[in-house]
Amino acid sequence: MSATLLSARELSFAFGPIPALRGVSVDLWPGEVLAVVGESGSGKTTLLNVLLGRLRPDAGAVWYRDEAGHLADVHAMAEPELRRLHRSDWGFVQQDAKASLRMAVSAGGNIGERLMAQGARHYGNIRAAAAEWLERVEIDPARIDDLPRTFSGGMLQRLQIARVLVTHPRLVFMDEPTGGLDVSVQARLLDLIRKLVSRLGIAVVLVTHDLGVARLLAERLIVMQGGRVVEHGLTDQVLDDPQHPYTQLLVSSVLQ
Amino acid sequence: MNGYNFAYLDEQTKRMIRRALLKAVAIPGHQVPFGSREMPMPYGWGTGGIQITASVLGPADVLKVIDQGADDTTNAVSIRRFFARTAGVRTTTRTAEATVIQTRHRIPETKLREDQILVYQVPQPEPLWRLVPSRAETRRMHALAEYGVMHVRLYEDIARLGQVAISYDYPVMVNGRYLMSPSPIPAFDNPKMHRMAALQLFGAGREKRIYAVPPYTEVRSLDFDDHPFRPARAPQACILCGATDSYLDEVVTDDRGGRMFVCSDTDYCAGRRAAA
Amino acid sequence: MIAASGLAKSFTLHLRGGVRIPVLDGLRLEVRAGECVVLSGPSGVGKSTLMRALHGTYRLDGGRILVRHRGTMTDLAVADERTILEIRRETIGYVSQFLRVVPRVGARDLVAEAAVAHGMDEDAARVRAEALLARLNIPRRLHLLPPATFSGGEQQRVNLARGFIARRPVLLLDEPTASLDAANRRVVIDLIREAKQDGAAIVGIFHDEEVRAAVADRLFAMEPLQDAA
Repeated sequence: MSATLLSARELSFAFGPIPALRGVSVDLWPGEVLAVVGESGSGKTTLLNVLLGRLRPDAGAVWYRDEAGHLADVHAMAEPELRRLHRSDWGFVQQDAKASLRMAVSAGGNIGERLMAQGARHYGNIRAAAAEWLERVEIDPARIDDLPRTFSGGMLQRLQIARVLVTHPRLVFMDEPTGGLDVSVQARLLDLIRKLVSRLGIAVVLVTHDLGVARLLAERLIVMQGGRVVEHGLTDQVLDDPQHPYTQLLVSSVLQ
Repeated sequence: MNGYNFAYLDEQTKRMIRRALLKAVAIPGHQVPFGSREMPMPYGWGTGGIQITASVLGPADVLKVIDQGADDTTNAVSIRRFFARTAGVRTTTRTAEATVIQTRHRIPETKLREDQILVYQVPQPEPLWRLVPSRAETRRMHALAEYGVMHVRLYEDIARLGQVAISYDYPVMVNGRYLMSPSPIPAFDNPKMHRMAALQLFGAGREKRIYAVPPYTEVRSLDFDDHPFRPARAPQACILCGATDSYLDEVVTDDRGGRMFVCSDTDYCAGRRAAA
Repeated sequence: MIAASGLAKSFTLHLRGGVRIPVLDGLRLEVRAGECVVLSGPSGVGKSTLMRALHGTYRLDGGRILVRHRGTMTDLAVADERTILEIRRETIGYVSQFLRVVPRVGARDLVAEAAVAHGMDEDAARVRAEALLARLNIPRRLHLLPPATFSGGEQQRVNLARGFIARRPVLLLDEPTASLDAANRRVVIDLIREAKQDGAAIVGIFHDEEVRAAVADRLFAMEPLQDAA
C-alpha cells in the first residue's frame, strides 16, 4: 500500500440475499486514472458507492491517504469529516448533471458554492474564480449569471465538472460522465476531461460501460462481473490482450 | 384572575420552557424544540413570545409589549392586557422602565441594559427554510455548520441586483457558530443584537422552537469582505421629533403621493419630544 | 539495451471454445545500444506479438525482458503496472502501425504530448514537434488540425513524430514505413540512423527491402511453432 492514494481491500456487500460485491480489492495512486468497467449488474456502481463512503461494506475496508500522508479508514470517519472530505479533497461527477447542480442558482453561484462552503468570503475573488473555471470548461464566461436551465446537456456536464474541480480535489470519482450525450458532445467532453485531469494531476476513478471512453482516459482498468474483479491491468493490456472469457466477450462486442 | 395560574401557564409548563431556555442560552443561536401549549390566541399571533414571557415573568417585573415598535397597536395592547390580567404585573410603555420587553418585529431604539430581557416573537425560526425544503437536512446542516447555501443566496443577490436584497429577517451568525434568523426585524436593527447587554430570547409557537442569544454575544450579519453589511434607511428625519438615527415608518397622508416619516419606536419618539 | 529470454506467449480464445494458440516459446533476443535488429519471418509468425510483448502490452506466460530503467536492470515481464508506465514514458518508445486518434487534439500537440510526458518543457516540445513534422513533410497548415481526417500516410508520419521526438534508449518500430513514399522513407531512415548514433537499441519490423537494408545491423529470423491442439 506504499503511497497509494486510495486502497480498498476485500470489499463485500450484499443487498439482502443478493451479493453485489465479492472480495473486491482496488488500488489507486496519485494522479492516475483508473477505469472500472462492467455491464449493468456487475457491481461497479455499488463499488463506487462503497469507495465514496456512502455504503458501508459488509466486509473489507477503504483507506484514503490525505495530503499530509495520513491514512484514514473512510468508513470509520465521523460524518462531519467525511462530508468535509467530499467538499474539498474529493469530487464526484455524476452522470446526470442536474442531480448535482443547483438548477435555480446561476452558473457562477454553482461554481462558487464549494469555495463559499470552505469559507471564501470575497465576492470579487469568488466571481473571478468562477469566470476562470467557465473558460477552462469552454463555457462563455459571459454566461456566469445565467441559470443552468438555459444550458444544453453537454454544457451542464461541463458546468458540473467546473463545480467539482474548483477546489482542486486530489481524487475525483466519475460515474458515466458522458452517458446520454450526443457523440460530438461526448468527444468534446472527453477531451476536456483528459486535458484537465492531466494538467491538474488529479486521480480519477472512472466508472463506465464504454470501453472507448476507458481507453481514451484511463491508464489502468479493472473489469467487473457479478460483483467480482475478473481482470485488471493496464488499459492496453486488458483491451488488447484480454485473458478472462468475460473480458474477451466485452472487447469483441465493441462496434468498430 | 380566577382559575388561572400566575401568567396563565401552569408551573410544570413553565419549568419545561425554562429548561428549553437554559439549553438555548447555553448554545447561542441553536434552535431548541419545546412543547408549545394551546394558548388563548391562535398561531401567528405571538404565542411563542407569550409563552416565553409567561415563563420568565415574576411579580416584581415590569412588562412592555410592542408591535412593530408601537405600544398602541391592537396586538401590543391585547398582549399587555393579557399579562396584566393573568399576572397582575406592572406594565409600561417606557423602554427604560421595563424589565421584560416582548416585541414583534423590532428592537427598541433605546439601548437595553443587563437587567432587561428582550423576548422576540418568531414566525419561522429556520433561517434556511426558503433554500432547503427538508427540515431533516437543515438540522444536519446546522449540526455540521454547513452554511454554504446561504452564502450562495447572498452571492446570487449581488450578482443579480448589485447588493444583498434582504430587508428584514437578515440572517446572522451567532457566536461564530450558528446561523440564526433574528425574526422579521428590519436589517437596520441587526447591529443592535451584537453584544447587546440584555438577554435575548426567541419563541416560535407554531413551529415549537426556542432559541436565545446571551448577553454580550457576538452577532454578525452575513456578508462578503468586499460587500459589507450596510442596511438601507430612508434618508429622512422623523417629522415629529427630528431623529435621524432611528428606524422610520412611512405614513401615507393623502392620495396625491403625500407621505411623512415618523419613528417606528413610539416610546423613543415620545421621549425625544418630551425632552425637547 | 534490451534482453529477452525464455519468452512464452500463447492466446486462449474463450469465445472459440477455449482453443489455445501458442505463438512464442522459449524465445531469446538481445539488442545492444546503437544496434538495430530487424525481425523477419512469414506473416503470422509472431513478429508483432513479440513487439507488443517487449512493450508490455502482451502479458507473457513465461520468460524475462530485461531493460535498464533509471539505472537498474528491470524485468518488464514481472514489473508492476506503474513501473511499466514509467518504462514506457522514459525507456521504451513504440511506433505502431495505428495512430490512436484523440478527438480534437491537433497533430502538433499530439506529438508534443509525447515529449512532455518524457519531461520536456511544453514550449520546447511544441517547437520540436513542429520541426519533426516539417521534416516528415507534414505541411504547416495541417499542424493544428486533428489527424482524424488525415490520409493513412499522413497519420503514419504523425505517429513517427510521436515515436521519435523524445530520446528513449529502446525503440520498437512496427512497420514504420508502411504507407510512405520514397522521400519520406528516406526521412525515416535518417531518423533511425540518428537514434542509433544516440545509442538507442532498436527492434523493428520492416517489409520494405530498401529501409531494411539501410538500417538493419542484424536480422532476427522467427519461425512458426508446431501447431498445438
